[in-house]
Amino acid sequence: MDSPKMPTSSASSSVHDNPFMKPMEWVSLAILAAVILFVLPMVLDAFRLNLVGKYLTYAFVALGLVICWGFGGILSLGQGCFFGLGGYCMAMYLKLEASSVENTKIQSTPGIPDFMDWNQITELPWFWKPFHSLPFTILAIIVLPAFFAFVIGTAMFRRRVGGTYFAIITQAIAAILTILIVGQQGYTGGINGITDLRTLNGWDIRTDSAHNILYFVNGGLLIACILFAQYVKKSKLGRILVAMRDKEDRVRFSGYQVASFKTFAFCLAAVFAAIGGAMFTLQVGFMSPSFVGIVPSIEMVIYAAVGGRLSLFGAVWGTLLVNGAKTSFSESFPELWLFGLGALFIAVVLAFPNGLAGIYRTYVEPRLTRKVKVLAPAEAGPLPHGTPAE
Amino acid sequence: MNAAMLHSPIIGESPDAPKFLLAVESLTVSFDGFKAVNDVSFYVDPNEIRVIIGPNGAGKTTVLDLICGRTKASAGSIKYKGTELTKLSESAIVQAGVGRKFQTPSIYDDLTVFENLEISFPRGRSVFGALTFKRDGEVRDRIEEVANMIFLKDQLTERAEFLSHGQKQWLEIGMLLIQDPELLMLDEPVAGMSVGERIKTAELLNQIIVGRSVLVIEHDMKFVEDIAHRVTVLHQGKVLSEGSMERVKNDPKVVEVYLGH
Repeated sequence: MDSPKMPTSSASSSVHDNPFMKPMEWVSLAILAAVILFVLPMVLDAFRLNLVGKYLTYAFVALGLVICWGFGGILSLGQGCFFGLGGYCMAMYLKLEASSVENTKIQSTPGIPDFMDWNQITELPWFWKPFHSLPFTILAIIVLPAFFAFVIGTAMFRRRVGGTYFAIITQAIAAILTILIVGQQGYTGGINGITDLRTLNGWDIRTDSAHNILYFVNGGLLIACILFAQYVKKSKLGRILVAMRDKEDRVRFSGYQVASFKTFAFCLAAVFAAIGGAMFTLQVGFMSPSFVGIVPSIEMVIYAAVGGRLSLFGAVWGTLLVNGAKTSFSESFPELWLFGLGALFIAVVLAFPNGLAGIYRTYVEPRLTRKVKVLAPAEAGPLPHGTPAE
Repeated sequence: MNAAMLHSPIIGESPDAPKFLLAVESLTVSFDGFKAVNDVSFYVDPNEIRVIIGPNGAGKTTVLDLICGRTKASAGSIKYKGTELTKLSESAIVQAGVGRKFQTPSIYDDLTVFENLEISFPRGRSVFGALTFKRDGEVRDRIEEVANMIFLKDQLTERAEFLSHGQKQWLEIGMLLIQDPELLMLDEPVAGMSVGERIKTAELLNQIIVGRSVLVIEHDMKFVEDIAHRVTVLHQGKVLSEGSMERVKNDPKVVEVYLGH
């Protein structure tokens, strides 16, 4: 395995290069993009494709968890909050558009969402009003969760709350938000959520062709988010997150404000989750508190864990796999699914702490690289084992 | 801005600190009524190697914790170049020019030696700065230079977890060197090292003290004699004795509580 020593200067510039993606990572990205954008749309019917589109919206959350939990070591059990915030922002806009005076003339107060009318509310609440505007809505989908995460993150991390305590608090926040949404039925649609969504800026989102277009928008956004996450991972910030997970004090006494870096990771995960939530609302056509609370939040952590919490691509595959299994299992054995999911989580944590990506990296990749080396011995340089963040 | 701060003249800037790089005065910290450090005062000159010795539980590590801001003082003051450190955050203290090495090697196992050193490079310490940080020639050259000093030139691409114990200690010293602190604090830098590694470490320390002050906690008396300019002996949270190694060794109080054993 000893490679001949190269002169220092040229060795340093090649070995310490920090390319955006290594060749194998480009291949992974290409495979993922091909499957999402070509293979699945070709082999699946409209209904199944829409279902996969729904799964992929959870992949945004899993992606955020890779950054926040995998790299940064900050386990959030409340990502459903941010998924919900994004989803509700989008749903509020769509609901207002569906509640034109024309459409709601049978209500006692026409022009407001139907559930408000049922709850004897006669005027649109102030916080609903800006959601008449699509640009505001899109901005809110990004800014609102980021702000919310910033407040939580700053409050927790400045006080050095971390680990289990942070996880428990995020879980409590998810529970609080659910209770709030369910309790304020007149303003939020309550337990049923916001339903009967029809058009996006005049474009009917309920048709098959709209579902098809939204699927591709969703896939494109997901790949954009992966690329951004890859940028973060490759930056010094990504390495600082890994360093922090390992030896927080060492990072602090190297002159970094650890709390700011944790807050950044948490905010980024929140924004990813919110984008997923907004795309969920668009593709599924409603939003309800059942995607906000503790159970969905933990399920989302399982997706990241099964796929591999240290791998951006793994998180997406994990999400697809678990959801695919969920759908097929719960179609045949609905009562067994939750046990299966629990068993899966325990098995992954005990046997494969780095999930599918870990299995791939330990067993498959070494063989592949050996094959590649045999095929192209001149090109394949010595591969530095174990890239840091993985 | 940082560089200007680091290289500003030490002497004669502030009337409070006429000549000392570090002035610790009446420093006290109590944990639930137990005074781990009790009314400790000492002064470190520029370019001095000061070694703190003392039996277990004397409060040596706590003193370092107090200086670098890990523990907040109950009373007293720590002035570094005339700046009061007790009110600053940990990162601000580092940026003022104080570096700290921990007792057990504190390095990032999952990163390579190069990346370990890179994180300590004093640039891009804000969130945005870290996102846009570029690994340019200056960074590479500095890292290779330091790697050379700490005997890890050939391990730069290796993951830090695979280093030997001694190499890990050197790596952490290297991470501090990259920060280029004016006051370097080392907590038992040769603990657990082989004889050969000890000699190399002493050599390394003698090399890196140029232009900075070093505050060392150490138990190994041979090593202390090799490097110390002055020694401060702590016992039960108080300063028991202070002076040259020769003087301290012959102080009957020190012999009784510490060296006599």
